[in-house]
Amino acid sequence: MRYSGLRIIKEALTGHKGWTPAWRDVAPQNQYDFIIVGGGGHGLATAHYLAKVYGKARIAVLEKGWIGGGNVGRNTTIIRSNYLLPGNEPFYEFSMKLWEGLEQDLNYNAMVSQRGIMNLFHTDGQRDAYRRRGNAMILHGSDAELLDQEQLRKEAPFLNFDNARFPIKGALVHRRGGTVRHDAVAWGYARSADRHGVDIIQNCEVTGFKIENGKILGVETSRGFIGAGKVGVAVAGSSSKVMSYADMRLPIESHVLQAFVSEGLKPVLPGVITFGAGHFYVSQSDKGGLVFGGDIDGYNTYAQRGNLPVVEDVCEGGMALMPMIGRARLLRMWGGLMDMSMDGSPFIDKTHIDGLYFNGGWCYGGFKATPASGYAFAHLLATDTPHDTATAYRLDRFISGHMIDEKGVGAQPNLH
Amino acid sequence: MLIPHPLLGLRDAQEFVYKGDARLMARPDPQADDALQAFHDYTYLRDNPAGQHRELWFHEQGDRSWLIVTRDTRTHEILKAELARPRGKGERT
Amino acid sequence: MTQVNRVDGGRLDRTKPLNFTFDNRSYQGFEGDTLASALLANGVRLMGRSFKYHRPRGVFTAGSEEPNALVSLREGARHEPNTRATVAELFDGLTAKSQNRFPSLALDLMGINDFFPSFLTAGFYYKTFMWPAAFWEKVYEPIIRKAAGLGALSMLPDPDAYDKGTLHCDLLIVGAGPAGLAAALTAGRAGARVILADEDFAMGGRLTMEAGLLSEIGNSAWLSATLDELASLPNVRLMRRSTVYGAYDHGVYGLLERNTDHLARAHADLPRQTLWRVYSKRAILCSGATERPIAFENNDRPGIMLAGALRAYANRWAVLADQTVAIFTNNDDGHKTAVDLMAKGATVAAVVDVRADAPRLADYPLYAGAQVVDTKGRLGLRSISVRLSDGSLKQIDCGALGVSGGWNPMLALSCHQRGRPTWNDDIAAFVPAGTLPVGQSVAGAANAQMTTHAALNGGAGAAVAALAELGVTAGLPDLPVAEDAPVAITPFWHVGEGKGRGWIDFQNDVTVKDVKLAHQEGFKSVEHLKRYTTLGMATDQGKLSNLGGLAVMAELSGKPIAEVGTTIFRPPYTPVPIGAFAGRHRDEDFRPTRRTPSHGWAQEQGAVFVEAGAWLRAQYFPRPGETHWRQTVDREALAVRRSVGVCDVTTLGKIDVQGKDAAAFLNLIYCNGFAKLPVGKCRYGLMLREDGIAMDDGTAARFAEGHFVVTTTTANAVGVYRHMEFVRQCLRPDLDVQLISTTDAWAQYAVAGPNARKLLQKIIDPGFDISNEGFAFMACAELTICGGIPARLFRISFSGELAYEIAVPTRYGDGLMRVLMEAGAEFDVTPYGTEALGVLRIEKGHGTANELNGQTSAAHLGMGRMVSTKKDSIGTVLSNRDGLTEADGVRLVGLESVDGADLPAGSHLFAQGAEKTAAHDQGWISSACYSPHLEKPIALGFIARGQDRMGEIIEVANPLQGGMARAKIVSPHFIDPEGERLRA
Repeated sequence: MRYSGLRIIKEALTGHKGWTPAWRDVAPQNQYDFIIVGGGGHGLATAHYLAKVYGKARIAVLEKGWIGGGNVGRNTTIIRSNYLLPGNEPFYEFSMKLWEGLEQDLNYNAMVSQRGIMNLFHTDGQRDAYRRRGNAMILHGSDAELLDQEQLRKEAPFLNFDNARFPIKGALVHRRGGTVRHDAVAWGYARSADRHGVDIIQNCEVTGFKIENGKILGVETSRGFIGAGKVGVAVAGSSSKVMSYADMRLPIESHVLQAFVSEGLKPVLPGVITFGAGHFYVSQSDKGGLVFGGDIDGYNTYAQRGNLPVVEDVCEGGMALMPMIGRARLLRMWGGLMDMSMDGSPFIDKTHIDGLYFNGGWCYGGFKATPASGYAFAHLLATDTPHDTATAYRLDRFISGHMIDEKGVGAQPNLH
Repeated sequence: MLIPHPLLGLRDAQEFVYKGDARLMARPDPQADDALQAFHDYTYLRDNPAGQHRELWFHEQGDRSWLIVTRDTRTHEILKAELARPRGKGERT
Repeated sequence: MTQVNRVDGGRLDRTKPLNFTFDNRSYQGFEGDTLASALLANGVRLMGRSFKYHRPRGVFTAGSEEPNALVSLREGARHEPNTRATVAELFDGLTAKSQNRFPSLALDLMGINDFFPSFLTAGFYYKTFMWPAAFWEKVYEPIIRKAAGLGALSMLPDPDAYDKGTLHCDLLIVGAGPAGLAAALTAGRAGARVILADEDFAMGGRLTMEAGLLSEIGNSAWLSATLDELASLPNVRLMRRSTVYGAYDHGVYGLLERNTDHLARAHADLPRQTLWRVYSKRAILCSGATERPIAFENNDRPGIMLAGALRAYANRWAVLADQTVAIFTNNDDGHKTAVDLMAKGATVAAVVDVRADAPRLADYPLYAGAQVVDTKGRLGLRSISVRLSDGSLKQIDCGALGVSGGWNPMLALSCHQRGRPTWNDDIAAFVPAGTLPVGQSVAGAANAQMTTHAALNGGAGAAVAALAELGVTAGLPDLPVAEDAPVAITPFWHVGEGKGRGWIDFQNDVTVKDVKLAHQEGFKSVEHLKRYTTLGMATDQGKLSNLGGLAVMAELSGKPIAEVGTTIFRPPYTPVPIGAFAGRHRDEDFRPTRRTPSHGWAQEQGAVFVEAGAWLRAQYFPRPGETHWRQTVDREALAVRRSVGVCDVTTLGKIDVQGKDAAAFLNLIYCNGFAKLPVGKCRYGLMLREDGIAMDDGTAARFAEGHFVVTTTTANAVGVYRHMEFVRQCLRPDLDVQLISTTDAWAQYAVAGPNARKLLQKIIDPGFDISNEGFAFMACAELTICGGIPARLFRISFSGELAYEIAVPTRYGDGLMRVLMEAGAEFDVTPYGTEALGVLRIEKGHGTANELNGQTSAAHLGMGRMVSTKKDSIGTVLSNRDGLTEADGVRLVGLESVDGADLPAGSHLFAQGAEKTAAHDQGWISSACYSPHLEKPIALGFIARGQDRMGEIIEVANPLQGGMARAKIVSPHFIDPEGERLRA
């Protein structure tokens, strides 16, 4: 069913009896050409582009629980194309362009809202680093502005300019950055994939791969064996576990990132703001909650929950930056599992198994990448060649020394 | 989290800095023929189990000892904490 | 104003009347009131508006789960949005305002949304606002955002202080109702360290809100005797107004204590709130139960509330929500409300019980087998429509309706570590089970012990069991005779009749219809349901609504509730102010400030300071007449090159390395060799990470065979020390070497310039030779100055001049700076700050964090040949990878402005005439300055194949700020490339 203005009016006047499920709830068939493991944002997007752009059929998405229950539904909803390194920025700029056309592509309103993102800087050194980054963004076709303190004060007068331990000197502003209604991304891709014939199979956990003579034949699941020509894995957070079924060790650790939302407040924040002298970033949702986060807890974990030190650290950053939020209350905190990679950048690559492909290592930045990740993974699955914007995301980049380390902290995942 | 420091008793994990997989103690032989591959695997590849994990924590806000902590990554239960460096001439505790 | 609905009794101090305002109207209540109870007493039922439809709303509960009566409290900077009137203690002078309405609570224009519910169904956003494409962000979203939120921030900094603290105990008891009190009595008498915390300002839980739970002794007598005894026990800490908001790993609980929220004015000595981290060996959750509503058409009008709340207002606060009330129930408890209200003088117009076999507890009109199917009264309930068991419809006038759908154990804290509760048919609710947080047990109504008798015994028993695990034997206390009527309930979730809306989640306006639509569209799992409809996302976090939503979904799916899903909770239990989590860590105290030994002296000189990590360093020392920082910095830099300058470099990390194997250890740490460094000499060292990327650089000075002093950069002092300890303890425990960080122990100054030696010779004690012959470049020595003060002298140069660094114990740091200034007067000695330091090091081509940025290798830095191939050191093997060494990779170069234009750091580098796109990007500028010595802008940067491009003119692009310049590639050693000055 296509959503349209006419349809909305008709349903409103007839008691909403005509709406049909956003996607079919189907049982697995015996054999598919393509199986995508993981019904999160990336997996669903992969299926959508594989079917719609690359014209493939006989595609299934297997999800161990309910689609969209992982990181696509547990993040702070930020999208941005503000990377420094040549291995990254073309990919994220591609992703931004896909976000900009997403509603029309999916016929689903995911509320892409480009209200801008401000990265604050507090020292001359940070300013210089942001100048380098801002220039890189522009050279890659993205947008960037460098605001000095006076200009920033006009745009965000509520920031703590006058009483701060680390005075705010200015900001790198990326106007096209913003937020998206995260759950709607999963549902929108699912609905569109479904309309293009993709089978979305929920409550179907992959428990192993069937591999013979170095070639994949299918997957073992909690609902039995399903044959496949090609299998793409997009299960960030559980990548190590799933890929261990193919005897692979990955340059990835699993960590938890907490996120927070306040009670609903009348709108005060223009866009996304990130603190340059502490771990804190914040935006305000269309419902009015301040949505914020900070650093990962910093130890390997598969428990989707964090501990108090990070909660306090994040709120300290918030109060340092905008002490007007002291009386606003934190309503809910939750945690999502991150694939923290060894250089802070992701992987979209073939594996040593013929027909087995891997997408993961998104660290805390997978949400913004969803469209491009799906597109590039679909491209790889369909053509066996990497998408132009994702050529750097290889699993073997560490052996050749071509790390994509935006932060420059090396093989220490909890510092990325 | 609380880490049972073998010398100091239960300490808040906030006093520690985390490094990760205790296999980082097993630095390969730089003279070996496959040294590049071995150092690659040592530096970049991790087991990352959902379950018991031997991992390194540094008591930075404390006695500056490196500990090997055995912890269940699903529940955060800590099964063991020992000093990474043997004390005196004694055995590793 | 008169308190028209106030009756006799209650737990109020009627000798203390309190005046307050709500929406600028004045009212009066008593000490012991909440804002909600006082408003009800004054006949105010309308207290708020819902989020989506802006429906008029009144108070719905008597506790912290309140979804409707959210108000803004206080004024000015202490304005506090979204405060639940049910937990706001009344104080004299309290001011409250309603929220989310315009222009007034009674006449809210956004109430128009309520007339278009057909368009504002669950998920309607996702299907619409897409046409035309550009309209979402320009038109639709701004309108939606304007309507967002409930209360507003004051936009002023929070003026109150918050503290953080730590508590330890054997047993934390959460909730001071019958179960919690019995547990505390049991554990307290056994001598255990007990913390008993309750979110309420009065302890007792339902004992304060019910009549006659303890039939013999009486609620009040037992409560006060118990609290007196607990207060007398030194091992028991009673914490009122204290919410345990989260259960974390290993028995750690988060607790928020509200110290002054009940006071009219900020307290002189007390922080507003204290955030306690409680380290408990065991914990018992005695958080009671929460009543749940029943959904029916227009079940959200002001005056409709939970039956237990209606009863609590009557018993504890001596308030009748209205003189004429009705009850709608599916269980016996609803009937108790009718009895209590009658005792307080209310007219009970009806008790409507869905059960055909409903009991009768008193003489009230009872409608068994009946349902409330609709209500009337826009701003306050006027009447209910009841479908009687014979099918007829009866209209009953009433001003308040108590609804009871049964009680849910309040098990939130048992789920904070993702434990899942199980379904209990006896009480038709979820109960804690399975994986509780380690050390936690649950007692009382929270554990389905629904009678007072069961709760008392459950609490005491849980305490005995918990203490037994700690090796403490405790006896059961004598417990009073208590009410023990069995629970009788017939699960009933929503009235099927009617085309209108029956609310499940009040605040977020989620109705039965929305759940049905979600089901119809495939959003059937509990997670999808929540996210699609926003059910359970309101400020009560689903305490009132989750189960109702699940029940409707279960009905639609034809499955038992437990198979549809469970309701779990995440921290915090109730919302916690962000300010409390931050505590004192805000404004200038956000993080500690480290000051250098010469800080006070520099302040006297009028220095401008700059943050360098946690340090504050002197950035430059302006002199009278200097109008621009550049003037000052140029003067300071030139003074160093002309005569002598002094700079505080204490912030550099210093690590003492001692032991028989110290040299072997440093050989492993640095990529270049240290084994053969003679005693009395320093050497520059480059440290790599194991991945071959440059980590840090500095010098190591050898004072004895087995004694080195290593310096690190300011930024990496902590990280390098940690790394060295890792290598020592984890990689080479066989080496005899010990480390200690001495960064704070030594004050260190760079003394640089042609007259540096002459200056130092004036303060060094006789007998120490620092002539060029006796103390050549890279020499180091321990000596004394100023008549016996121990010092370390290093002949190292960051500026490229004849230079030394001199270190003294920190307590002499201030004195040494003053001595150097005095002794140096004849050379016109010039103190210089970090800006001039930066200029000098760029002129000399020394890298700092801008160059060693964690992405560059030794080869990139032009130091590839330093990496020794003759020995093992950290990072050597992986530093040989292609990506780190390839010939067409970037190399560090110097850049000189060709036409005098600035070369801003962060600019990108291009071959002349190349298109300014990423494809042609060849590098970037890492550091830049104006060189007063060369009298032009210069820079350090990285450019592809830089080593082969000396003399080439390139283009420097800064599209971010619209700049473009040309620069010549030169050696990074702009000054004295042969090193003659520093060896002079």
